[in-house]
Amino acid sequence: MSVRASILAVLTMGECHGYQLRQEIESRTGGSWQINVGQIYSTLERLERDGLVESAGSNEQGQTRYRATATGSVEAQLWLTSAIEASPEARNELAMKLALAVTIPDCDVEKLVHAQRVQTMRTLQVLTATKRDVDQNDPAELPWLLVADLNIFNCEAELRWLEHIEGTLARSAARGLNPNQTLSEPAKRGRPTKTN
Amino acid sequence: MSKVLLELIDVQKTYGTGENEVQALRGASLQVKAGELVAIMGASGSGKSTLLTIAGGLEVPTTGDVRVLDSSLPTLKPTQLATLRRQTIGYVFQDFNLIPSLTVIENVALPLELDGMKVRKARKAALDALVSMEIGELANRFPDEISGGQRQRVAIARSFVGPRQVLLADEPTGALDSKTSEAVIRALRKRIDAGIAGVLVTHDAKLAAWADRILVIRDGQIVEEISNNITPEQFGA
Repeated sequence: MSVRASILAVLTMGECHGYQLRQEIESRTGGSWQINVGQIYSTLERLERDGLVESAGSNEQGQTRYRATATGSVEAQLWLTSAIEASPEARNELAMKLALAVTIPDCDVEKLVHAQRVQTMRTLQVLTATKRDVDQNDPAELPWLLVADLNIFNCEAELRWLEHIEGTLARSAARGLNPNQTLSEPAKRGRPTKTN
Repeated sequence: MSKVLLELIDVQKTYGTGENEVQALRGASLQVKAGELVAIMGASGSGKSTLLTIAGGLEVPTTGDVRVLDSSLPTLKPTQLATLRRQTIGYVFQDFNLIPSLTVIENVALPLELDGMKVRKARKAALDALVSMEIGELANRFPDEISGGQRQRVAIARSFVGPRQVLLADEPTGALDSKTSEAVIRALRKRIDAGIAGVLVTHDAKLAAWADRILVIRDGQIVEEISNNITPEQFGA
C-alpha cells in the first residue's frame, strides 16, 4: 500500500507533522496499518523534493509541519478515486504451499486443506465476534468496520476456495491423476563449471 | 450453567428399504443450551436439513432420541407433539412462509391465536416481537408490500413469538443480499442471546460465524466441531 499517497491524502485536510501523520493513518485505517515513523519522515522528504508537499514551519516542539501543494492535492485525489492493480501479494503463501504440496510424494494435502479450513473458520469467528460487539451507529468505528468486512469476505472466499479444491483433489485422486512428483534433471543453465 | 433445551441423542434416519435404502443420518448427537446458537454446515445431501426437521419434530428418527425441554419427542402422542411444536419450537425457512392474505401482525400473532390466546393479547405479543426485530412500523402491511429482508424479519418474529424457547432456522438468509443477511442474523442472534436455544443450518460461512459452535456434518455424521470459545488473544498464539 502506498505510504506516499496516504500521507498526501491526509495532508489535503490540513497541516500535520510526521508523528501526527502516523497516528492519523493508523486511526483512519481501523488500527490495521502502522507505519514506522522513520518511513513517514523519509517519504515526506521525497514528497517535498518532488513538489507535492511543502513545509508550513515548525510548532512549539520544533516539529516541522507539512501541507500538500496544489499538485500534491491533485495527485491525492487521483489516487483516492482510482482502482488498484492486482498485486504480487495475490500469490499468497497458502496457494504456493498447496501447489507445492501436491507435487511432494506422501504429502497429506487433504490434511493441510482441512487444517486450513478450521483455521480460517476460526479467524472468521473471531472477526465476527468482534464485529458483533461494535456499535454500528458509532461513526468512530466505521474505518475499522470497513477493514473488518474486507477480512470477513476474504475469509469467506478462502473457505469457498478450499471447499472447491477439496472436490478437485478428490476427483483428481479418483481418476488416478497425480502431478509429477519426481525431481527433474537439472537444467543446463547457470554459471559454467571451471574446467581448469 | 445454562439449561439444555434441545438434545439429539445418537439419531439415525433411514429412508427407503433394501436397495433403495438411504441413510440420511448415521448417529448424530447434539446439545443446545439456552442462549446458545449452533450452526450446522455441510454439503448438499450431507443430512443437515434432515437433522433440523428431526430436531423440530417434523420427522421421526429411525433410532435415537430427540429431547426438547424435558420431553422425548418420539414418545409423545401426535396431539402432544403438535402442541409442543406449536408452543415451544419456532422455524425460519429460506422462503419466509408468510400467509399473503394476512397482515404482518396477523401472521406473527397466528400461532398464539391458534393456541387459544385472546386476540388482543396475541396481537400485543406479536407487536413486541416485531418491535424487537425493529419492524414495528410494518405491523399493518401485507407481506407483498414489504421487502425480502423485512419479510424474513417478520418470519423470525413469528418463530419466537410467545413462550417459544427453541428456534430452528434453515438457510434463513438464502434469499437475501449480503447487507440484509447481516441485519437478519444480527436480529436473530440478539433473540438467541435473550435466552433461546437456536440451530442454524447454512452453507454460508459468514452466517455460521455468528454461532457459538459450528458443527460440520458429512454423510450423516457430525465430523467436526469448531468452537468460538477462544479469545482474540489466544487466537493465532
